[in-house]
Amino acid sequence: MNFWTDPIRTASDWLMGLFTGWGMNEGLAGILIQLLGIVILVTIMLVIDILLVWIERKVVARFQDRLGPNRLGPFGLVQPFADIIKLFIKENITPTGVDKVVYNLAPVLSVFSVLILWAIIPLAPVIYGVDLNVGLLYLVAAGAIGTLSIIMAGWSSNNKFALVGALRQVAAMISYEIPMVVTLLIPAILAGTMGMMGIIRAQQGLWYVILSPLGALLFLISAVAELGRTPFDLSEGESEIVAGFHIEYSGMKFGWFYAGELLHAFTFGGFWGILFFGGYHFFGLENLGPLVAAAIVLFKALLGYWVIMWIKYTLLRVRIDHMLSFNWKFLVPLSLVVLMVTALLNTLLRDASAGFYALSMFLANVLIAWAVVEILRARGRAERAQSQAAAPTAVEVAHH
Amino acid sequence: MTILFFLFAAIILASAVMVVSARNLIHAALWLVSTLFGVAALYALLDAGFMAVVQVVIYIGAIAILFIFAVMLTRRELRDKGPALNANWWLSALISVLVFGGLLFLLSAWSGFSKASAGLPSGFDAVGALGEALVSPQAFVLPFEVASVLLVAAMIGAVYVALKQK
Repeated sequence: MNFWTDPIRTASDWLMGLFTGWGMNEGLAGILIQLLGIVILVTIMLVIDILLVWIERKVVARFQDRLGPNRLGPFGLVQPFADIIKLFIKENITPTGVDKVVYNLAPVLSVFSVLILWAIIPLAPVIYGVDLNVGLLYLVAAGAIGTLSIIMAGWSSNNKFALVGALRQVAAMISYEIPMVVTLLIPAILAGTMGMMGIIRAQQGLWYVILSPLGALLFLISAVAELGRTPFDLSEGESEIVAGFHIEYSGMKFGWFYAGELLHAFTFGGFWGILFFGGYHFFGLENLGPLVAAAIVLFKALLGYWVIMWIKYTLLRVRIDHMLSFNWKFLVPLSLVVLMVTALLNTLLRDASAGFYALSMFLANVLIAWAVVEILRARGRAERAQSQAAAPTAVEVAHH
Repeated sequence: MTILFFLFAAIILASAVMVVSARNLIHAALWLVSTLFGVAALYALLDAGFMAVVQVVIYIGAIAILFIFAVMLTRRELRDKGPALNANWWLSALISVLVFGGLLFLLSAWSGFSKASAGLPSGFDAVGALGEALVSPQAFVLPFEVASVLLVAAMIGAVYVALKQK
């Protein structure tokens, strides 16, 4: 057993030998090693989270034609640590009239709902927390806890702006959960399992983005809405409700919401990579060793995170009625159609050759996309004709 | 395993007591979330991962959030006033003690009462078996379809009620 081929098992065996050598009970040592693994994983994720602050600030600067942080350390790399220290030493203000327990619990749950997701993310064939056979549902369940944390923060702050922001955000999250769950079923159908390891293993030859490009796109859109990032960041609104549900939080309590948001975006980038871009598969490069495979997963997660940032810093905020009708009248029907076509083709072509299967899946997606564009164009034309027909009468009324 | 069971059972019972005794309705809803979470943990202890996750998705993600929304949108005063108990409190306490004692008595006669669960055989695909059972004519396809029809009817009804008459 070599550290470079199976690092987790080697480390845990070594620790087991060490602990039992101290005269510790084997069961207790096992529990301790598991706890240690959790602490190490969470610590690594939170350190990555600190660096994500730097990445986010650098990328937004580039999108806005600025330089971003560049004074502290090489490329401004020390800046995020200075930010964290600033957040830690800021005064923690608890406004009067807040519901203390709920108010303090909300930021904890917010980060918790993101960190538990890393339990099911496989970094390599031998580096994973747990291979749940209900991995996809676990993803949705963690989202439910995130929703709960937002409503707790909004309600306990005893601030009308916070409550309105929370209600908006929760309304969006609950409705965008439907297209997300439906699109999550597409990899489940293609792989025949809901476990992350099974889904990655099934993408050995062909990534699911080729079998279901529309599924990948719909997952990205609903993930952005679930994250509450632009264009769906209705919980914020500087001119109407200020900072939304976290308006009353200061110092590190606000910091936890901010950290949770960034890590959530990174995590969803990772899930995008795992579900549709082959996880740790990268043209055989993953065979070099588990650490290379983990680097591939993190690279794909960063790429997904970059796409989410690209969307955030390119688009504008949409109005809430537009957002909800976009979900219910467009995303939900479209995701259901894609799911049904995928399921049908998957069953019909079970015995077909792999090439024909992939080609027909891809063509079916292209056909659906073409039909959607045609329908949208016809609707747009009809609405334009209607508004142009209505406009002269309004002018006439004004003249009379 | 047993320690964990008693821990979660204690969490469930304590939270459930808080659900009915909390004066603030939002607090009651949050204690309900804690209760439901404990139940999900019990499912996980029983190797029923699917049930555990579905418990969190549906009961916490949908029903508890809906409770909180309904309380916020319908009640002006979130705090209940007035006495929490009425004259019949001893009767309900007696009935609950009797029901608990009766169930305990019945279960203690059962041979599996003090046995730990054997656990699933390794490689057993519980989710796959559940999925096949739900659509198999030998198992639960009829109740599954009846539930689906009921949900569709409820959805159509909700859309009809919410639809503005033009």
